[in-house]
Formats: sequence, structure tokens, C-alpha cells
Amino acid sequence: MNSSKKVEVLVGTLFVLAILAFIFLALNVSNLSKISSSKGFKVTAPFNNIGGLSTKAKVTMSGVTIGRVTQIAYDKQAFQAIVTMTIDPQYDYLPEDSQASIYTAGLLGEQYISLEPGAEDASLVEGSNIDLTQSAIVLEEIIGKVLVSLTTK
Amino acid sequence: MNGVINFMQSTGAFIIDGLAGFGRSVTFLISVLLGLKDVILRPRLLINQIYSVGVLSFTIIFFSAIFVGMVVSLLGYTILVDLGGKEVLGLLVSLTLVRELAPVLGALLFAGRAGSALTAEIGLMKATEQLASMEMMAVDPIRRIVAPRFFAGLISLPILTVIFMAVGVYSGYLVGSEWKGVDAGSFWSQIQNKVEFRYDIINGIIKSIVFAFVVTWIAVYQGYNAMPTSEGVSRATTNSVVYSALAILGLDFVLTAVMFAS
Repeated sequence: MNSSKKVEVLVGTLFVLAILAFIFLALNVSNLSKISSSKGFKVTAPFNNIGGLSTKAKVTMSGVTIGRVTQIAYDKQAFQAIVTMTIDPQYDYLPEDSQASIYTAGLLGEQYISLEPGAEDASLVEGSNIDLTQSAIVLEEIIGKVLVSLTTK
Repeated sequence: MNGVINFMQSTGAFIIDGLAGFGRSVTFLISVLLGLKDVILRPRLLINQIYSVGVLSFTIIFFSAIFVGMVVSLLGYTILVDLGGKEVLGLLVSLTLVRELAPVLGALLFAGRAGSALTAEIGLMKATEQLASMEMMAVDPIRRIVAPRFFAGLISLPILTVIFMAVGVYSGYLVGSEWKGVDAGSFWSQIQNKVEFRYDIINGIIKSIVFAFVVTWIAVYQGYNAMPTSEGVSRATTNSVVYSALAILGLDFVLTAVMFAS
């Protein structure tokens, strides 16, 4: 009886450890905890070129992450990329004429959207459109421009 | 001419033997799977086997996970710090462990620790005619002996793999962050931004379930079909580990190609 109790206790301990490990993986080692916080209001912005921007990229303001890119589509009338981003609900005071730019984090890092606050009193709300945008910097374009300016001299 | 015929004969015999062995192992597997209801009716048999297969393998899995996590973290750090990207160390450690190292190394260690023990135990039972005497008493040894061991292995390895993942990532964090000084915040946030629970972790666990199935199948089949001599048991034990390792590594490539290649 005693040894069978020991067996049961150890098997139970193993299962509890596995559940704890699973919870650790779910909460700390994966994005599961972040998915639940995807509520917020949606804002769209047209870009001429989004470069390597992908969904789930950060939306930052002064370096603080305030939302995520949730959808990237192509507008066939305007011939522009339409980026839909979800901004966390506590940032409901962003000026309506904020400017959106696509930057790269570090030399090899991923691309993200940075918002520059404008001066209007009206705030960005669900469905707002950011008109002032600055496209991603594509290295080939810069090299092309530099080459043109060098050769035209 | 005669040589050609002999060659063809030996090739044919090899193929027929292989097919016959595969067929025997599949019918054996089916009768083991049919033993599920006996296992459910007698959970005590299963719990005892989870103890000897799973709990007793815990120590080796735990310490291997610690050292594997530390080594991956240390090597990753020395390379990434030269490239100036030591912040992605957490992502490197967690993805290598969750996708690849925890399922594969866990299954290899499990085959060495638990699979060989299963084969030797069942093989020795056969050699000492315990299985035959059970049949004499109208007790089906597949249901009474093999099925609880098979399902215990099938349950234990995924559990041990999940523990391997968690322990490995945490020990990688200890080396990378506490010792080498990678910022703890960027270590964890890189992981949480890039590791998909439903994609990376669930696929790692699916891998370990497949490995558990194959390893315990090979182990109980080799034990049950061992030649009832001391030499036969030793050969079956060796075969069990060798075939398990080959099956794990081969299946791992196939599963990785299916799951993560795109």
C-alpha cells in the first residue's frame, strides 16, 4: 500500500509539473498572452510603399508601442497600400492629423510604424484615416537617387 | 547466371521478410490499441507503468534540458554578440528548443532510458515463459502486459517533452541573461512577439506525440518478438534503441518539412 501510494504521488507530481510547464510555455514563451489584448480601435493609413512591413508589426509613438498592424491590403483605385492598425484603447487622444512613417528597427531589424502627433484637437477614432504618411525607405531608391544626382553634375 | 538468380533470390527474401515483419508489427499494434479498454478498466496498471516509464525518466530529461538550454544559449550568444544582435538570443533559444531539440532529444533519451527498459522487461518475461504461463491462465499478455506499457509511453513522452521545453528555455534564460547580460526584457519580449503558440509549441508537442507512438511501438514489439534467449533479449534491446533513434531522426525531418518548411 505504501509503495503504491508513493507511485501515485510521484505520477501526480509529474502531471502537475507538466501542467506548470505548459502554462509557462503558454504565458511566457509564446504570444498567446498578447492575442487577448488585440482589442482597440482600428485606424487606416495609405502608403505608397510599405517595404517589408508585415502584420503584427509594432505601431509606436515616441518609441512606445501603442498598437499593432492588423491588416495590409491594396487599394486598386488609389494604387496604394492600405495599412490597418489596431491602436490600444487607452490611446484615444491622438490628434487626427498625426503623421505615420515606416521605419526600420536597427540595421537588420523588422519594420514598424511610427506615429508623429499633429496639432488638431480632434482625436483619432475607430475608422479614422491617417492622410499624412511617409513610405518605407527602400535602399535601391536612395542609391538610384544618389547615382542620378552624381551623374547629372 | 547462377549468381544473378541467387542475388535476385536474396533480394526477394529480404523484401518478403521486411514486408512480413512490418505486417506482423502492424497487426501487433492493432491488438495493442484494442487493449485500450482494458487499460481504462484498470487504471492502476497504467499508473504503475507511467511511474516506471515516465517518472523514472524525469531525471535524465530534466538535467539534459538544463544543459541543452545552457549550451544553445551560450553558443548563440557568442555568435550573436559578434553580429550585434544579441537581443534575438531568446528567440533563437526558444525556437530551437520548442521546434526541434525538445521533441527530438527528449525522444532519443526516452528511447534510451524507457524504450530499452520496456524491451528488456517484456523480452525477459518471454524468455522466462511468464507470457506463456499467462496465456495458460487465459490472461491475454498483450492486454495485461503490453497495452499498459504502450499507453504509458504514449502519455509520458509528450509530458516529458513539455517539461524539456520549459526547463530548457528557462536555463537558456539563466545563461543568456543572468550570466552573459542580455537584457531580460528584450529576451522575453522577443520570444513573446515571435513564438506562435498554436504554430510552434503545438507542432512541437505533435512531434513528440508521433515520436512517443513510434518509440513505444518499436520497444514493445521488439520485446514481444524477442528470441527467448539471453542473447535474443540483448539483441532485441539493441534493436529497439537503434530502430527508435533512426525512426525519430527520419520522422523528424519529414515532420519538420511538413510543419515548418513553408
